[in-house]
Amino acid sequence: MYNLLIGGAAGQGIDTITGALERFIKHAGCGVLTVRDLMSRVRGGHNFSLLRFGAETPLSHDERLDGIIALNEETLEFHLKNLNENGFAVADSASQSQDPRVIKLDLLDIAKNLGNQRASGSVALGAAMKLLGVPFTREAAGPVFARHLREELVAVNVSAVEAGYEAVSQQRKPLTGLHADDLLLSGAQALSFGAMAAGLQFYSAYPMSPSTTILETLAQHAREVGFMVEQAEDEIAAINMALGASYAGARAMTGTSGGGFSLMVEALGFAGMGEIPLVAVVAMRPGPATGLPTRTEQSDLKFVISAAQGEFPRMVIALRSHEDAFYQTARAFELAEKYQIPVILLTDQYLQDATATLPMLNPYAVKQAKPEPFDGKGDYARYRFTKSGVSPRVFPGDKRGFAAVDSDEHDELGAIIEDAETRVRMMDKRMGKLELLKKDLREPEHIGDREPDILLIAWGSMDGPVKEAVRLLNEGEGPRVAALVFGDVWPLPEHSLRKYAGHAKKLINVEQNYTGQLALVIKEQTGISMDFSILKYDGRQLTGQQIADRVKKEGQ
Amino acid sequence: MSLQHIYQTYETAWCPGCGNFGILKALKMALEGLNLDPHGVVILGGIGQAPKTPQYIECNSFCGLHGRAVPPAVAVKIANQQLKVIIHTGDGDSYGEGGNHFIHNIRRNVDIAHFVHDNQLYALTKGQASPTTMEGMVTPVQVEGSQSIPFNPLLVALGTGAGFVARGFSGRPEHLAELMKRAINYKGYALVDIFQNCVTFNKLNTYAWYNSHVYELDGSHDTSDLDAAMKLAGEFGEQIPIGVLYEKPLADYHSKRAQLKEGQVLAGRDNDPEVIDRLLRQMV
Repeated sequence: MYNLLIGGAAGQGIDTITGALERFIKHAGCGVLTVRDLMSRVRGGHNFSLLRFGAETPLSHDERLDGIIALNEETLEFHLKNLNENGFAVADSASQSQDPRVIKLDLLDIAKNLGNQRASGSVALGAAMKLLGVPFTREAAGPVFARHLREELVAVNVSAVEAGYEAVSQQRKPLTGLHADDLLLSGAQALSFGAMAAGLQFYSAYPMSPSTTILETLAQHAREVGFMVEQAEDEIAAINMALGASYAGARAMTGTSGGGFSLMVEALGFAGMGEIPLVAVVAMRPGPATGLPTRTEQSDLKFVISAAQGEFPRMVIALRSHEDAFYQTARAFELAEKYQIPVILLTDQYLQDATATLPMLNPYAVKQAKPEPFDGKGDYARYRFTKSGVSPRVFPGDKRGFAAVDSDEHDELGAIIEDAETRVRMMDKRMGKLELLKKDLREPEHIGDREPDILLIAWGSMDGPVKEAVRLLNEGEGPRVAALVFGDVWPLPEHSLRKYAGHAKKLINVEQNYTGQLALVIKEQTGISMDFSILKYDGRQLTGQQIADRVKKEGQ
Repeated sequence: MSLQHIYQTYETAWCPGCGNFGILKALKMALEGLNLDPHGVVILGGIGQAPKTPQYIECNSFCGLHGRAVPPAVAVKIANQQLKVIIHTGDGDSYGEGGNHFIHNIRRNVDIAHFVHDNQLYALTKGQASPTTMEGMVTPVQVEGSQSIPFNPLLVALGTGAGFVARGFSGRPEHLAELMKRAINYKGYALVDIFQNCVTFNKLNTYAWYNSHVYELDGSHDTSDLDAAMKLAGEFGEQIPIGVLYEKPLADYHSKRAQLKEGQVLAGRDNDPEVIDRLLRQMV
């Protein structure tokens, strides 16, 4: 497994070089995982991509580097300390670095001679590919760059990669693997495709990192698939629009980050009160307030499970991986419709922006949810009391009844009421759906030892890093380790937790926040306490190695 | 001959003498006059006295959140363009809490009719100043009189590019019903600001005050003349014009979008997994 870092200032083409290299690696058959470390600016600053690749798709990124592509001097200053002894760094010949691992090439001059100085990054890319054993052919390179660049820039970049490729000699064996036919998607793209497969008809959102890529991905495909994307004037409009579309019978979703979700909160409660199916994506970034806009955190769990005044049923699903993002998003639509509730999809900057190879996703395996049907018998009432608490839906235009929705407490017809008896019956009807929903919960994924000494507890995008950590820890002779990684987080599935917590001598929660929010929810719901916490809140995702090191050092 | 649709109305919780009765009467006249099937009509409201209108007339109803009637209304129309979508809500709801939606949905130009019950104060919360409250009016909160410049919804709508702008008065339901019919039939966003007396809290702009100040525009006003419409919209003294100030055909939201311009209905529609599969394969 190799680790390569591509660093430079915003605007230097890191995205293009990263995207092209991912494709070249995949063509060779390798699996790849790329995480992006971006500053919140359009020009300048220090940005980097970290690509990890090998015969298997990596579960987590790693800080120790085998190679660096340095598009500026800062990249060397910041990252040479993480470069392995036998690693390399490709930099321009103007670099001041005296480090013997730095390979200086005339990147700018070569690119200039080819006709475009801005292709210098592609020269460095070519050199790095050769050094890492990533095959290059001109024929394959053209279409790869055509995905990222305007047509007139493709040829010069292909030539630039070729020039870089020829400027160094190969150090490592050519890469191979079985991932050439995999998909290459970001978490945001996987989520978006899941929504489309689930029959999304209406998406409304206001741009906010790191949720904006969903808005962009859906907008890109809306015309061909035949649904609508609307950029709202604010997040309040975005969620209220989605509720209007859902009321009218179109599967609807909205998406934002914590700040935008704060504005949506009143309408979330309306979805609960009005029993309007809704999928809401909350892509977390470090808060509070504006926080670290382009970085990652898992600090909105307690917020989303309790957001909005009053009590109403809701479900919260944390997305764990790219594949999970696709299938769980689709499942969110199904459950939102089945129980006529808001379902929140919790994701984060790490998963949203990370790209990975993954097996082909199957849109045919996804059910497009159907509303609870009205049998046409008797008069229609939108909030009819039923055994399950789920009332049949008709939509405006249906001659069998009138569609009604009310944010006030209401009777079966949707008319405002204030009497105590109806209020209690309606509360019982709505909250009763939560009990049914519990039967649809998925237990957390169990990883590692069946009778562990140490049980790690994690959720969402901590999935990959924790899996890698368990593998690393169980390679040695030390205590046996297992993990439970939660996807469904609210209502909290308790069965596996109670089972494994009973076996383990030590429970450790691993979370990307300050307070250990899942541990707090677990304590509140089950009384089970953690013995130790591994928490990180610097905006950068934990790696498998970091988790393993901390378990060894502090957790035993 | 097709069936004549009758709109049933229900007992209300409004004060006796409330301007809302005239508006509800005009609405019933307009809907029946256009002979629209109530099953194909959706009325949306926010929160206040005006947004209770959907509760009092038999058709599809959406009683949402304060200030938020417009976003779901446009989404209903986007989801199913076969529906007639009408908003009934107040001046506080439309121009205060929902001011941002008011501005940007003029720009969006979805085919909906927005009827604002403008009694120039907040009635549900018992008489505080609203955006359209006249300067100097004393309220339980504006104890020394409202000191903000009153909001002019007609000028804002015209200035933002609205294609249909009108003003009515609850005391002239026949006249108002005609405005409503034109607004409902207008293909795009149509604003009708409706003067409405609040018998309980507004002792300044009473029924008699409105009745003596308003005058009905006649055929001499050219409704396609924006400058003339702006001038009329600025008239708010002894004489206040009511009627259609401006009407101009504009390309509406649906006509500009490939996914909708052939009359497509999104509600109840599924996506084709073959298309998704093909798009996914492009990501290999």
